[in-house]
Amino acid sequence: MPLPGFALSADRERALREILTRYPTKMGACIPVLHLCQEQEGWISPEIIDYVARTLDLPPAHVQGVVTFYTLFNQKPVGKHQLWVCRTLPCALRGAGPVLEHCEKRLGIHAGETTEDGKVTLRTAECLASCGTAPMMQVDKDYFENLTLEKVDEILDRLTR
Amino acid sequence: MIKPVNYLTKVYGIKNGWSLDVYEREVNGYQAARKALRMTQQQVVDEAKKMNIRGRGGAGFPMGVKWSFMKPHPTKPAYLVINADEGEPGTHKDRTLMELNPHACVEGCIIGCYGIGAHVAYIYVRDELHLSKERLWSAIREARAKGYLGKNPFGQDYPIEVYVHTGAGAYICGEETSLLNSLEGRRGEPRLKPPFPAQAGAFGCPTTVNNLETIAVVPTGFLLGGEAFSQLSDLHHLRDGGSRLYGVNGHVKKPQIVELCVGVTLRELIYDIGGGIEGDRELLGVIPGGSSTPILRADETVNAPDEKSPLHTWHGKNVLDVPLGVDTMRGVGTMLGTCCATVLAEGTCPVLAMENLMQFYRHESCGQCTPCREGSAWLFRTVTKILDGKASMAELDNLHDIANNIMGNTICAFGEGTAMPALGFLQKFRKDFEAYVRGERTRAGASLVPGPATASAGLPVNP
Repeated sequence: MPLPGFALSADRERALREILTRYPTKMGACIPVLHLCQEQEGWISPEIIDYVARTLDLPPAHVQGVVTFYTLFNQKPVGKHQLWVCRTLPCALRGAGPVLEHCEKRLGIHAGETTEDGKVTLRTAECLASCGTAPMMQVDKDYFENLTLEKVDEILDRLTR
Repeated sequence: MIKPVNYLTKVYGIKNGWSLDVYEREVNGYQAARKALRMTQQQVVDEAKKMNIRGRGGAGFPMGVKWSFMKPHPTKPAYLVINADEGEPGTHKDRTLMELNPHACVEGCIIGCYGIGAHVAYIYVRDELHLSKERLWSAIREARAKGYLGKNPFGQDYPIEVYVHTGAGAYICGEETSLLNSLEGRRGEPRLKPPFPAQAGAFGCPTTVNNLETIAVVPTGFLLGGEAFSQLSDLHHLRDGGSRLYGVNGHVKKPQIVELCVGVTLRELIYDIGGGIEGDRELLGVIPGGSSTPILRADETVNAPDEKSPLHTWHGKNVLDVPLGVDTMRGVGTMLGTCCATVLAEGTCPVLAMENLMQFYRHESCGQCTPCREGSAWLFRTVTKILDGKASMAELDNLHDIANNIMGNTICAFGEGTAMPALGFLQKFRKDFEAYVRGERTRAGASLVPGPATASAGLPVNP
C-alpha cells in the first residue's frame, strides 16, 4: 500500500525488504531503515518518521525517540556534503584544533553550520577510530587522514568548487 | 618483551588482503572453522577457555568463560553479537581488522556461533565506518558463496548467518546492553543487569556479546591450539593469553597498530614501536588503553610490597616497565582497556586534555542516569571555568566530589569511564589545576600540540 507523504525509491524498497529478513522483529530494522530514508532525503523529515512507523508497525513516538537519540540522524536539512572534523583528544594532540579553525575560516562558517550555498555542513566529530592517523576528517563516506593544512585545502577546494 | 607476530596482520600488507582468496591462501583461512565445526560444541568452548583470551573491548573478561555461560533455552534461539562500535577515544584497532582482515572476523563468528549454540551473528559496526561495513559485507558474501555460511557450512548440518548491523553515532552503544537495545531498534540506553545478556540479551534471547578483535583472534587460537596460543603471552600465568593488537597514538613519531604477544610494556610501546616522542621531548604521561583508562604519569612507580600481589615482581619499578595486561594495569590503578595507548609529551597541558575528554563524555552520556548526565556536564563546565581563570579552589575541590558521586551510581560503566579518568587527571596533575585557579597560567598559554623542541609548533604533522 503506498503511503502518503514519503516513499522510497524502487531500489531502496527492495533493500528494505531484504533488511527485514535479517531481524526476528520488525523493530530491529528501525535504524537501518532510517539510514535508508536519510540516504534518499538527506535528513529525517516528519513524513519519514511517519513512514517508518507505519512500515515497521511502531508508534511514531518510538521512531522519533530513536531519531533524536543518535547523532547521525539529521533532524533538519543539511548541506550537500557533510564534513566532520574529529576534535577528540588523540586528534587534538596532533593538530585537530588548527584543522578545524582552518575549515571554519575557509568556509566562513562555524562548526554546526551550513554554507550559504548549501554545499557544505561543517561539524565536529567525537573520535572516529582513526587515532593512529590523526588528525583526520570525514567527508560524506570517506576518511581523510594524516591531514596537513595543504591537504585540507585540497579537500575544501574540491567540495566548494 | 616485544614479540611481534602476524596472525591477524599478515594479510594487512598483501594486495587485496581482505579477499577470501588471499585469506585462504596466505593464512590457512577457514581451516579453523572447518576444524571447529567437526568438534562438539562443548569441545569448542573448552578449547576457547584454554586460549585465555581476555576480552579485547576493554573490560578484559575471559572470553571462554563468557561462552560457557550460554545454556540452551527450550524455546528461544541464541545470538552472537559482535561489538565493533569502536569509538573510545584513542582506540583504532578494530577498524584495521574490518578493513584489512574482514574474513578473520567472519570466521571467528562461525566458530563463536557454533560454540555458544547460535545460528545468527550480528556484527554491530558504528555507522561512520563505511569502508569497514563494505568489507565485512563483501567477506560475508564471499563466505556464503563458498558455502562457509548458510544452511550447511563446511557440509555440516548447522546453519549460520552473519549480518552487519549499523548504529547511528552513539559512543554509548559500545556498552553491551545499550548495543543490544540499539540492535533491537531502540534508543541506545543501557539496561539494568541482571538479567545478563547470556540470560536475556538480543531480542530477549540468550546472547553473547564479544568485541570484534576478540572474535577475530579465535581462528588463530584454534589453528595453534588453545594452550599453545595462550602461552604466546608473557602473562600466561595470569590467564591473560595469546597475542593482540596494540596501538600507539598521540605525540609519538610513528603512531600505528601492531600485533604482539601479550606482555609488552608501555615503554616498549612508546619508544620502540612508537619510535619515541615527537621532537624528542620528555614524556608527560600516557593513557594506556582508551580515554576511560586513567592516565599514568611518566614518573609513577609500582607500589606492591605484598609478595602475593601479581605486581610484586615490579615493586618499586617505573609503571612504564610493567607488562601491559588486564590484571597488571588494574594493579597500578588504571586499566588495560583496549591496549591503544595515547601518549602526551611534556609541554602538553593536562587541564586542557581533561577538558577535551570531559567534552567528549558530556556529549556521549546517554542521559538516562542523573549522576552521569548532570555530572559529566558539570565536570566539563568546571574544568572550562578553571581554564578560563574563573574558578575558585573550592570549585577545583568540588570536581572530586562530582566524580565520586558519579561512580557506582549509574546503570552502566560509562559513569566510571567518565569519573575515573577525571580523577586521574585531578590527582596526578593537581599543581597544574591549581596554577590556573591562582592565575599563574592562562588558557592562551596552554596547548595540546607543544611544538617539537627544535621547530615551531603546530601543523603540519608527519604523514
